[in-house]
Amino acid sequence: MNKEPRLILLHPNDNVLVCSRSIKKGEPLTVEGHSVVADADMELGHKIARRAITASEKIIKYNAPIGSASKDIELGQHVHMHNLQSDYIASHTRDNKGGNGA
Amino acid sequence: MVLKGYLRKDGQKGIRNQVLVVYLVECAHHVARTIVNKVNQEEVQLLGFPGCYPNDYALDLMTRLCTHSNVGAVTLVSLGCEGFNREHLAAEIEKSGRPVSTLVIQKSGGTLSTINKGIEIVQQQVSEINQVEQVPMGLDELIIGTICGGSDGTSGISANPAVGYCFDQLLAKGSRCIFEETGELIGCEVIMAGRAQTPEVADKIVSVVEKAERYYSIMGYGSFAPGNAEGGLTTQEEKSMGAYAKSGASMITDVIIPGEIPTKSGLYLMDVVPDGDPRFGFPNIADNAEIIEMVASGAHINLFTTGRGSVVGSAISPVIKICANPETYRNLSGDMDINAGKVIDGEATVEEVGQEIFDLIVAVAQGQKSCSEALGHAEFLVTYKQFQNKEQMGPGCLI
Repeated sequence: MNKEPRLILLHPNDNVLVCSRSIKKGEPLTVEGHSVVADADMELGHKIARRAITASEKIIKYNAPIGSASKDIELGQHVHMHNLQSDYIASHTRDNKGGNGA
Repeated sequence: MVLKGYLRKDGQKGIRNQVLVVYLVECAHHVARTIVNKVNQEEVQLLGFPGCYPNDYALDLMTRLCTHSNVGAVTLVSLGCEGFNREHLAAEIEKSGRPVSTLVIQKSGGTLSTINKGIEIVQQQVSEINQVEQVPMGLDELIIGTICGGSDGTSGISANPAVGYCFDQLLAKGSRCIFEETGELIGCEVIMAGRAQTPEVADKIVSVVEKAERYYSIMGYGSFAPGNAEGGLTTQEEKSMGAYAKSGASMITDVIIPGEIPTKSGLYLMDVVPDGDPRFGFPNIADNAEIIEMVASGAHINLFTTGRGSVVGSAISPVIKICANPETYRNLSGDMDINAGKVIDGEATVEEVGQEIFDLIVAVAQGQKSCSEALGHAEFLVTYKQFQNKEQMGPGCLI
């Protein structure tokens, strides 16, 4: 059961929670009854692992797969570009230099 | 619910009454813009196409925009030697019963004298459209589009499902609703096909999303901007699932291409990705290209959901801005019509915000200005594209 007011569970089958407020690195959080410490600065809308997820496992949000874990993820860790990748098409950030890369 | 629509000679009913000043190549932009600025009346708007090479799609799109229900009269501004078929465009506008004038700068004595002639013509057109009759109009005569821009991790939780709820209410009243864009639905195609009205439409949905995936893969980028990642979205399919929520839960009637106007009540998916190999660059270079395509397909109003905080509006049809993220709303409240961030803060339900959007659509259709409209936003972007299904854009799909 998720009782942490800063995190939203969108669907019971999801393995991630969504931040409903901005969370600072080092802030204590309760994830599924476990006490953890935020491992990154996260704006609202960012995702946190609801349980331990192994590399290549699907990340489930809205009860739908949104990509695969690119490495093992621990409960409570930030889930983003560094550990989740698309099963369809690579995402780009402002650091990309442009062109036909990715 | 009875609205008042401006009745056009082709039978269409608009919720706004505007004169368009349209440049047909970038070389005529300054003259057209100066005419608009000097006339300085809010019902006079600028529209234009920058390229000198001819393109059937751009011509068709411009024809739809110039004969939109919200448009009462048009002044075309041409340099004279560009590739745009101004005669064809003028003939189509005339056929629709709208007053149209063409100014060719090379034949009108250059910049100053064309501007002066243009001011006179546009002032005359303004007085002509003031005579247009207003008649009763039902919600079943409205076409409403939706797009998202500057999406973040809150979009799919608050603003997008609220628009979906609103769409379901509009469809129950007989409106025509359009959502897009296929590149932002990559990953949802199977779920979406399950809502198709017929097996043929289901096949079409899957094939247009596969086309989008192919196209964006060749281009090397998906429809995924750096701000999406900063806002917590990680993958294309995650952004897609959030975007998909805008479509609500109703049956999907059909797939249309930009410029194709739905003729009967229902929910339509717009296929914005060109056919064939990539030729003219990215399918939609910015949000306003998507909005103007919705307008070209007849949208009277567009619902624009944003998490990061877009400020744009549109030429021709009002844009209603729905902010998904409560922090963005606090920062940009002057640009936002609806605060869907209340859902994230636990102060309202998705259905309550959806109802608020529905009520605002009615008010804006009755003449109330949306925030972007009141702030003077009237952006547009018409680009090169190519569709093989050209016959879909024939006169048969005019209302």
